[in-house]
Amino acid sequence: MIDLQGYGPRLLEGALVTLELAVLSLILAVILGLLTASAKLSRNRLIHGVGTLYTTLIRGVPDLVLMMLLFYGGQIGINMLTDQLYYAFDIDIFINVDAFVAGVITIGLIFGAYMGETFRGAFQSVEEGQMEAARAYGMSPLLAFRRVRFPLMMRHALPGIGNNWMVLLKTTALVSIIGLTDMVRVAAEATKATHEPFLFMIPVAVIYLLIATVSEWGFAKLSKRYNTGFGEASEWNN
Amino acid sequence: MEQLNGWFTELLSGNAIFTANTLNFYWNGLVTTVQLVFLCLLIGIFLAVPLAIGRGSKRPWIKWPIYAYTYVFRGTPLLIQLYLVYYGVVFFDGIQDTIFWVVFKQAFYPALIAFTLNTAAYTTEIFHGAIKNTAKGEIEAARAYGMSKPLMMRRIILPSAFRRALPAYGNEVIFMLHASAVASVVTIMDLTGAAYYVYARFYAPFQAFIFVALIYLCLTFSIMFVFRKLEKRLLAHLRPRGV
Amino acid sequence: MAATPIPLEAQGIKKRFGNHEVLKGLSLQAQKGDVITLIGASGSGKSTFLRCMNLLEQPDEGELIVHNEAINFRTTKHGREPADWKQVERIRAKLSMVFQNFNLWSHMTLLDNVIEAPVHVLGKPKKQAIDEARSLLDRVGLLDRADYYPTQMSGGQQQRGAIARALAMDPEVMLFDEPTSALDPELVGDVLKVMRGLADEGRTMILVTHEIAFARDVSSQVIYLHQGVIEESGAPAEILDNPRSERLRQFLAPKH
Repeated sequence: MIDLQGYGPRLLEGALVTLELAVLSLILAVILGLLTASAKLSRNRLIHGVGTLYTTLIRGVPDLVLMMLLFYGGQIGINMLTDQLYYAFDIDIFINVDAFVAGVITIGLIFGAYMGETFRGAFQSVEEGQMEAARAYGMSPLLAFRRVRFPLMMRHALPGIGNNWMVLLKTTALVSIIGLTDMVRVAAEATKATHEPFLFMIPVAVIYLLIATVSEWGFAKLSKRYNTGFGEASEWNN
Repeated sequence: MEQLNGWFTELLSGNAIFTANTLNFYWNGLVTTVQLVFLCLLIGIFLAVPLAIGRGSKRPWIKWPIYAYTYVFRGTPLLIQLYLVYYGVVFFDGIQDTIFWVVFKQAFYPALIAFTLNTAAYTTEIFHGAIKNTAKGEIEAARAYGMSKPLMMRRIILPSAFRRALPAYGNEVIFMLHASAVASVVTIMDLTGAAYYVYARFYAPFQAFIFVALIYLCLTFSIMFVFRKLEKRLLAHLRPRGV
Repeated sequence: MAATPIPLEAQGIKKRFGNHEVLKGLSLQAQKGDVITLIGASGSGKSTFLRCMNLLEQPDEGELIVHNEAINFRTTKHGREPADWKQVERIRAKLSMVFQNFNLWSHMTLLDNVIEAPVHVLGKPKKQAIDEARSLLDRVGLLDRADYYPTQMSGGQQQRGAIARALAMDPEVMLFDEPTSALDPELVGDVLKVMRGLADEGRTMILVTHEIAFARDVSSQVIYLHQGVIEESGAPAEILDNPRSERLRQFLAPKH
């Protein structure tokens, strides 16, 4: 185990927090992204409007500001809510906004908007003929989505998801500012205590690069799988 | 001006948080944010152009170091880069006694350095991609008409690459505006720093952060507007006549 | 030494791509006012030969003499290459090329395309270049398109614009690389008309084309290439009307 003046193990714990946070936010972002894409493709003007407002607001405001708003504001908001509950129904609960949960929600919320754009483009890229063929063979809407639209759509969505994941990964560093003990926070504390920024920040940077490099490789593999049946044709065009 | 001030004070008199004093905070924050972002983008472009050209070089000792630089700065969080430069300078033994301390004791300059290195890395890749996508036939025509390599770069490749890079660069500008919010972490009173101060002072997170979010939103829209105008002018050659 | 210099002379040009020898020692001499047409099936090497003449491809063997100036080559570990790129640039400026895909610079208006090389390569004053460009555009029937960008014009207009760009260099020799192959059939005529005008006024031209009828009309010499070798060469009437080889006969036979 690398000791790093005793901070080594804590740094690794922090790295685990970073990874958990990133993966959980990604899952939330994908779910929100699919919902947003559906909303923006909806013919209902209200739903469409809500989807557009959400993506515009998120993409117009810095991640850090949104994070602070949700984290600092979230606690007060929930307190107000629980107070109301107490006065109205005599229910006494206290919910403490956890920095980790706030982090996952904010990052998920932010990247849900970006994923929404990715999925919208991907949804539109699937030719209607493919879905018609699925219906013609008696597939239920759900089955047609799962077996036809989803795999076809993924081919278009994967590069976008990959990009978003890379940005998301780096965005997790911001949670250190609102007090969550990820690896950046550990490194910053260690730096302030020992006055040795390079000793701590560079290993953290290397871990980020490692995760990024591994994910890049993983996404390349995945997109190869979803590109089956498309690769050769595009090579012929050269 | 005097009148406007009086009118303003009156308007704010019934409001505990948005006093002339806090608005002044926000205003100074806005100025700091705009200065920081504008300067880092400006220097970043000047660094990125030669780097992008070098990135496409055939010579490995030019190409690979540049790629390593962009890979590292694009693959790690800006916050880490900021910490490295900021603490690297602050904790540099003996710097307090040198002339550099006059400059570096303000967090502004370490932040500017970190931001510049970051945006230059992204911009290098944007320009490199655009240069790489120059139509082969247009380069061939330039060669066939006797252009030297530097002339071709100056007259044919770069002007057409810059135009193609415009939409992606617009995104980078917005990205940098938003990313600059981390400056507040190293004691800089930028927009986010001002908002945090107001939040902490009045314990009013909604007012403090929603107000600053609106300012960022306005800035974002202004940037988008400018770039849309620019694209309309500079990308005219990609559109049918009269549109 | 001849009283009037020979605009372009190629001697024993050889070119290999990997192990495949595409040009097996080709020679050609363009006197002033000559219109030389290279014909042949695709893969015969005719475009490569043309591209060797302004060194867009580097010949592995052979000599190039432009206006009595021989191009200097040197041999490096990567093969043979011109010894002096400044010389190559100077010579290219004397040999304007018109491409199959026009290759107008897409970020410039048509007028800017035409004045670009005269101003920045030849160092002509801009005002003079603009005046000349306008009269050239008028000549190819595109004066009203001077402010258009290439993508805003039809293929035929782009190619006529590209010819104006080539003319603006006042070239020693004009090289045409299948100038009508990328055009819709109804647009071919306008381009050929402009080229015929150039031939009539005594321009020295070397062209690669599939338009046999046009070649018969305007050429002073037709060269038939087959697999990198000159199979037949001579005046258009004798080559195209009385082909000696069976291969050329088949090549010229109407295709159904």
